Amino acid sequence: MANDDRYVIALQVCDEGRIDTVGGKSAGLGRMMRAGVPVPAGFAISSEAYTSMLSSGDVAAEVSTLAASVDPIDVEGLEATSRKIREIIERAPIPAEVETSVRHAYAELCMAAAASDSHLPVAVRSSATAEDLPEASFAGQQDTFLWVVGADDLLDHVRRCWSSLYTGRAMAYRLENGFGHDRVRMSVCVQKMVDARAAGVMFTLNPINGDRSKVAIDASWGLGEAVASGEVTPDNYLVDKVTLDVVRRTISSKAIEYRPVPAERRVERVAVGPERREAPCISDEELIVLAVHAKAIEAEAGAPQDLEWAIEAGGDPPANVVLLQTRPETVWSGRDRATVTEGGRSAMDNIVANLITGVRIRAAPPRPDTPESASSPAQGE
Amino acid sequence: MAETRFPSPFEVPTPEGCEGWEELYPYYYLFSEERREFEDSKFWFFDGMHHPEVLYPFDTITSESWWVALGEMNSRVYIVPPALGIDQRVLNGRLYISANAIMDEEVVGARVAHFMDRAGYYYEHWDELFEKWKTKATETVEELKAIEVPALPEMEALDTVRSGRGITSAYDLLTAYNRVIENMHKIWHLHFEFLNLGYAAYLTYFGLCKQLFPDIADQTVAQMVAGIDVLLFRPDEELKKLARKAVELDVAHVFESRDDPEKVITALEGTDAGRRWIAELEKARDPWFYFSTGSGFYHHHKTWINDLTFPFEGIADYISRIQAGEEISRPMEQVQAERDRLAAEYSALLEGDDLKSFQEHLGLARTVFPFIEDHNFYVEHWHHAVFWNKMREFGQIFVDAGFFDEVDDMFYLHRYEVQSALYDLIASWGVGTPARGPGYWPKEVARRKELFDRLSQWSPVPALGEPPEVVTEPFTIMLWGITTDSIQNWLGLGADDGETDVALKGFAASPGTVEGRARVITNADQLGEILDGEILVCPITNPSWGPVFSKIGAAVTDIGGMMSHASIVCREYGVPAVVGTGFGTKSITTGQMLRVDGSAGTVAVLD
Repeated sequence: MANDDRYVIALQVCDEGRIDTVGGKSAGLGRMMRAGVPVPAGFAISSEAYTSMLSSGDVAAEVSTLAASVDPIDVEGLEATSRKIREIIERAPIPAEVETSVRHAYAELCMAAAASDSHLPVAVRSSATAEDLPEASFAGQQDTFLWVVGADDLLDHVRRCWSSLYTGRAMAYRLENGFGHDRVRMSVCVQKMVDARAAGVMFTLNPINGDRSKVAIDASWGLGEAVASGEVTPDNYLVDKVTLDVVRRTISSKAIEYRPVPAERRVERVAVGPERREAPCISDEELIVLAVHAKAIEAEAGAPQDLEWAIEAGGDPPANVVLLQTRPETVWSGRDRATVTEGGRSAMDNIVANLITGVRIRAAPPRPDTPESASSPAQGE
Repeated sequence: MAETRFPSPFEVPTPEGCEGWEELYPYYYLFSEERREFEDSKFWFFDGMHHPEVLYPFDTITSESWWVALGEMNSRVYIVPPALGIDQRVLNGRLYISANAIMDEEVVGARVAHFMDRAGYYYEHWDELFEKWKTKATETVEELKAIEVPALPEMEALDTVRSGRGITSAYDLLTAYNRVIENMHKIWHLHFEFLNLGYAAYLTYFGLCKQLFPDIADQTVAQMVAGIDVLLFRPDEELKKLARKAVELDVAHVFESRDDPEKVITALEGTDAGRRWIAELEKARDPWFYFSTGSGFYHHHKTWINDLTFPFEGIADYISRIQAGEEISRPMEQVQAERDRLAAEYSALLEGDDLKSFQEHLGLARTVFPFIEDHNFYVEHWHHAVFWNKMREFGQIFVDAGFFDEVDDMFYLHRYEVQSALYDLIASWGVGTPARGPGYWPKEVARRKELFDRLSQWSPVPALGEPPEVVTEPFTIMLWGITTDSIQNWLGLGADDGETDVALKGFAASPGTVEGRARVITNADQLGEILDGEILVCPITNPSWGPVFSKIGAAVTDIGGMMSHASIVCREYGVPAVVGTGFGTKSITTGQMLRVDGSAGTVAVLD
């Protein structure tokens, strides 16, 4: 992407240094690209664009006044105010410079993807930013729009992403945690849409026991939304990072999937046919490609990661495997690493203990409570 | 309907026509009314791993030797905290064993300090003590070789008189026998000097890996210790060397006919190059051909030193591989590089105490591993090959005196009976009157042979008595690979995994999935039948089967764990293996199409 200006920034140059303007989501995508991991092409619309929109006319003042009147206890009032604020933002004119940059960037994306008539379907995801708030403060609070086609449609959805900063839930969250509404701004991530045969999430450790030698992969048919939203029990796989063997696999009955309806520019939730329902949705080869990417991203990030991925329909591994998001894993990374061995125990102590307890049948050491599968909390709803 | 317990040893019927089988074995080796309460309270399992066949009365010397030696090292030497010995009984000619665990926690606790002191000393001085062990073991074999088995002469040598010796060939014969028997006991003490400690260290490393990396594959844990050059591969390496030499000396064509070894030797003796090759063979023979094609536990297991058929077939196989341009060397460098990569990458995932423990135990596992493998060559192969031949010298004396029709008839007698027969013989020699033996033993041996054949028809029950809820006794797990799961499987209580085409489950011993035709081998003599790419299905593999592993597509064994020979060799050759399936040789027939998944530990019959 040639243009890299105040409002539009190519994903491959998004990094931690720009997190205040592009948000964690885009910074993570940039990091994955630099780690050599395939990520669908795209660009970030910076929070400067959002600020620029707010500064036009009275938008900022109106939003600010309305937001200040909110009482988080009053759920109905909160939702009514949210609707009003979102309407103001969605109706505000997009500053001309922003619009030009976005249209230009979208056209380039279409061209790069060789999409005819500038109608490349894209995913539009909000990526909130704040100067000194932890990234986790925004998790699961913003919107994702799939299968957006054409520049006009894209601009509409950019507005909707912006306004999602003022959902009732997001406002209540900020109030409860004492963050000023105006400290948070919104960046938007635009990426070429992947028509996924299968998609899911993965952790660069086993979320059941914190074992860092494994990549835990949850996978289901169709777009990733089914897994992210928890609407299906995904297949669950455990891949050893060192041997790249699939050491465990649990195939589930996957009743529904999300499929794009290109003509209607939307995705639909459909039942999975019986012939595919109980079948693994991902091959061992694809699992291994995913694990290799997961290792590379973790190494680049220097910490365990929580990732979203997709397998492009009609492709073959390794090229059909793409990564859609990376975030720091928070459950195990936040803890002190539990040691299996007790400090100060000699090899002889261990041998005696092993003889006494018996080998192989010993229960796993107690570990903190953890989610039962790799599925991350619902996000992007 | 699945059972929850196995029959009591007192409920197992005597197979038809086998009445009186008990007379073949010493009184202490039998289940009996005097100890019934105790014996009924124990869980016994069939030791098909070491003693798959009916025990020849004489050959119980191997099982009886380890009965004492394994136990004493645990109970009296190293004071292993939770474990005493492994008890043994014979039922319908088969060996059943039972772990003697210490259940009282206080007693276990009181043993810990002694164990730390004693075993700690061995671990600390392992390499140095192992060097000493090699000398002791070698000396023991040399002592055995040096024992002369004198024939009884018509007249003692004049020198007996002139030197004032005062003792005779009768005395020499009797003491020679005693010395050979003592020598056998001695080597078995040495066998267990390190073994239990070695396994304890190895299994601790194994358990630690499982704790640090809960889903790590067994074979990955083993791979990190692999690639250490163990003696057991040496005989096979010698065959490769001889194959290369045959090609180099241009005598390879002599082996093509796959004639009797004798004919091959005769052909080779006819040429200069052939004689040079024979000189190479002679160099390799001692000690590397003192190698059994079985476990070495039985007198009838063939050895290379007695029968060149097997090594010559191996050499012929290797020659054709060399000529086809194949690489016959073990991929040692690859195995070592992979071992180091795995260890480095797993280490990199750890920090602090975990990292320290992992490296300590990996180091210790690598230290003890050579003994775990090498002792087998010294004891079961080298020593036992000499031992059985030495016993045959006594057998020949008996044949000459008319006690037996054939040398090997002697093995139908227990060693105490052999001693009696010897006395019968020397008494008759001394007095000059007929011995009872010639009238007594041929009839008795014939009767025993019949009995023995009938006992061989009996399918041993896998276990006796009530199984423990969980198996914790370390030696049961370490040496026999028997776990709570395997007992459940024997009882038909194995978890139903919904995979209906899975005929068998076992240890995932060497990774990879292969499909091929089954070749069921129950006897080393059948090894020649194996075709390229076939799946070897056998009770247990043996180190001397080396050449077979570069030929087969996969291996499936009835018995064995992660550290059994099949597992180690298959990992080194990159051949998928599932070991310890329990019933592979019974449920699979030669020619069936199989899918062996050495990563999942499953064997599926495809047709």
